[in-house]
Amino acid sequence: MNALLKRLILPIIFLTWPAIGWSQTIDTGDTAWILTSTALVLFMTLPGLALFYAGLVGSRNVLSVVMQCFSIACLVSVIWVVCGYSLSFGGGNAYVGDFSIAWLSGVEADSVSGTIPESVFVMFQLTFAIITPALFVGAFAERMRFSALLLFTAAWVLVVYFPIVHWVWAEGGWLFEMGFRDFAGGAVVHVTAGVAALIAAIMMGNRKGFPNSGAPHNLPMTVTGACMLWVGWFGFNAGSALGSNGGAGMAMLVTHISAAVASLSWMTCEWVKYGKPSVLGIVTGMVAGLATITPASGFVGPIGGLFIGLSAGVGCFIATQFIKQKLKIDDSLDVFPVHGVGGMIGLLLLAVFSAERFDGLGLDGTILDQLGIQITGLLATIVWTAVASFVLLKVVNAISPLRVSSDEETEGLDLVLHEEKGYNL
Amino acid sequence: MKLITAVIKPFRLDDVRNALSEVGVQGMTVTEVKGFGRQKGHTELYRGAEYVVDFLPKVKVEVALTDDLVDRAVETIIEAAKTGKVGDGKIFVTELGQVHRIRTGETGDEAL
Repeated sequence: MNALLKRLILPIIFLTWPAIGWSQTIDTGDTAWILTSTALVLFMTLPGLALFYAGLVGSRNVLSVVMQCFSIACLVSVIWVVCGYSLSFGGGNAYVGDFSIAWLSGVEADSVSGTIPESVFVMFQLTFAIITPALFVGAFAERMRFSALLLFTAAWVLVVYFPIVHWVWAEGGWLFEMGFRDFAGGAVVHVTAGVAALIAAIMMGNRKGFPNSGAPHNLPMTVTGACMLWVGWFGFNAGSALGSNGGAGMAMLVTHISAAVASLSWMTCEWVKYGKPSVLGIVTGMVAGLATITPASGFVGPIGGLFIGLSAGVGCFIATQFIKQKLKIDDSLDVFPVHGVGGMIGLLLLAVFSAERFDGLGLDGTILDQLGIQITGLLATIVWTAVASFVLLKVVNAISPLRVSSDEETEGLDLVLHEEKGYNL
Repeated sequence: MKLITAVIKPFRLDDVRNALSEVGVQGMTVTEVKGFGRQKGHTELYRGAEYVVDFLPKVKVEVALTDDLVDRAVETIIEAAKTGKVGDGKIFVTELGQVHRIRTGETGDEAL
């Protein structure tokens, strides 16, 4: 009897032991927060970013940018299900995932990722994949053909976004393994979108009449969208803790601090240089502060938040003037100087402000070690994004011209491409 | 019969309308217009990028009057629309050939 028991029970205990030891259980608090964060991040794109951009273009192109943001959200969602999630987080090698979980195979209602259901993780990450290409819409606003935009977006997320997510956030990704730190997407989201924006703006050329080619048609709309971005960003950064805990709380706090300080510092720069503080200036500073704190938000403390916010306001302000006035590149809604440069500043400064002596949550090595890793990851992201975006734009242009004709540009994309008008007053 | 066409600063419109009512003007047509004169345009600054606005918004007021009212109306408009700064606008007075009131078919001074 005893022997029988031993024979039966011991193997059962032995077999189940690893399962008990490794068992992943769902934490309801974590799940609730990530569900909420997912909704917040989608809200950043629709309608936040859409309105932010819509107000900045001319009244005859207002619908075209809304349409671009909206359709990118839908298109990327489908690609994400088909193979995007798999290419990002499926096994694969150090550079890209595989097709092992294409069509979300194996993602069931009871699948677990960390302490949350995998379905929630899939959806949370999807909202990031949506906003990234939606960001670069600002670079070629008022002149890109819609069909070319759809083609470019689909190709770009496949070749640029999913692989870089894999590098940085997937176990086994080469930057992940190297210890590269990008908490919520400074490199993955903002540098990729910013660099693609700059390349696209250069390749498509300036708008007609640049630099006098159209002032924002509705700044209150832009401010409305910007405020939605601020609120949504709490989901973006604090949600990236993938839990409902102190890390998420601190991420939200430093995100807010950075946004506030960057707003004031941009406003001050403008006041000093041009004599008047502007509404567009203060909200642009806010977006710069949010983009810049993004990679650092899970690693730094309040002091880091203050300094990163200050650097964001001043650095992105200078970058914006430089791109438009010195280089004369019509990155129409300043995607590169605000998001790209912001992401870069954040990725580098986080190496400093993660250190415990600056109130941060600690580093594995020295500040210089981390800085070296950050620079490596940043350069790799910039080079891959720039080269791939350039090639993809060339290919897309050969299939479907990127730019509308000069007359169509004058008439406005709303009527020419969508046969609608934003305003019938 | 004369037609007074006054191009004025938009924010003076209420004063001009009230002042004209007081001197007995019973109707006017108002249009939002754009243009430039000695005031020229202005510049707007967005994120440091300068946009030149060539045409400034003005309001065009048209009033048809009997000859005896014209001088007083012009004086009234000048008084009400004047700020003393460049860009206050202009007043044009032209002859009116005919006037018809659509409802009754009255013509000339009767129709004013």
